[in-house]
Amino acid sequence: MPVTCSGNKIRLILTLTGEIDHHNTKTIMQEIVRNLETHLPKTLVLDLQGVTFMDSSGIAVLLRTYRQASQLGTALEVCNVPAQAEKVLHTAGVDKLMHFSKAQTLTHR
Amino acid sequence: MINCTNEVTLDFLSRSANEGFARTTAACFAAQLDPTLDEVNDIKTAVSEAVTNCIVHAYPDSLGKIRMRMRLFDDGSIEIMIKDWGLGIQDVLQARTPLFTTGSEERSGMGFTIMESFMDGLKVRSTPCKGTTVTLRKKISPRLGART
Repeated sequence: MPVTCSGNKIRLILTLTGEIDHHNTKTIMQEIVRNLETHLPKTLVLDLQGVTFMDSSGIAVLLRTYRQASQLGTALEVCNVPAQAEKVLHTAGVDKLMHFSKAQTLTHR
Repeated sequence: MINCTNEVTLDFLSRSANEGFARTTAACFAAQLDPTLDEVNDIKTAVSEAVTNCIVHAYPDSLGKIRMRMRLFDDGSIEIMIKDWGLGIQDVLQARTPLFTTGSEERSGMGFTIMESFMDGLKVRSTPCKGTTVTLRKKISPRLGART
């Protein structure tokens, strides 16, 4: 489950690829927190386009990221959520808590 | 009278690497019913939740055996039974409540809610210190123009 980082200090984009389940939650969370704390961006964009599977472990990942980001004063945006992941997140009402957008926009280069 | 047309039983260790293995195997087996992509994804997600529960809650500090028995029926339904011989659940009703979890902050407490809403049937039988059996059922809707 690689987490790749792009963007800048204003708009940091973390792209998640592969499957998000209990088996790899710890690694994903560590990577997200490490990037968040290193760059302290104004906005963190989580791009989920490459996520091929997500179960309820993904709900915990998003909620914890949301909390961590809030504590650091970072706004969180979630984009390109695949249908399967969206159904899981919708079941928990995560889509009401944070902003899901269709495509990431790189306004600050 | 509904008859079982095919059956597979799989025993595996409660290693987290087997979560992906179990849900992929279930998806392959369910493919015999010609499900839609959405139906396959629902089955994969529900199986992932049930197997993760065994790994996290039934065997928290040890490795144990998990059994997955899958059966297909001639009414186009699939039944997946996931059984462990672990700690068991003290209060099944409470465990099935959305957001309830005895796990760490890595857990969301949504496992049973997802199994329930993604499948057509969920049965949970548990005896403390003896183990838990979760039975998932889903009816695969017949597709127009499908060969019989």
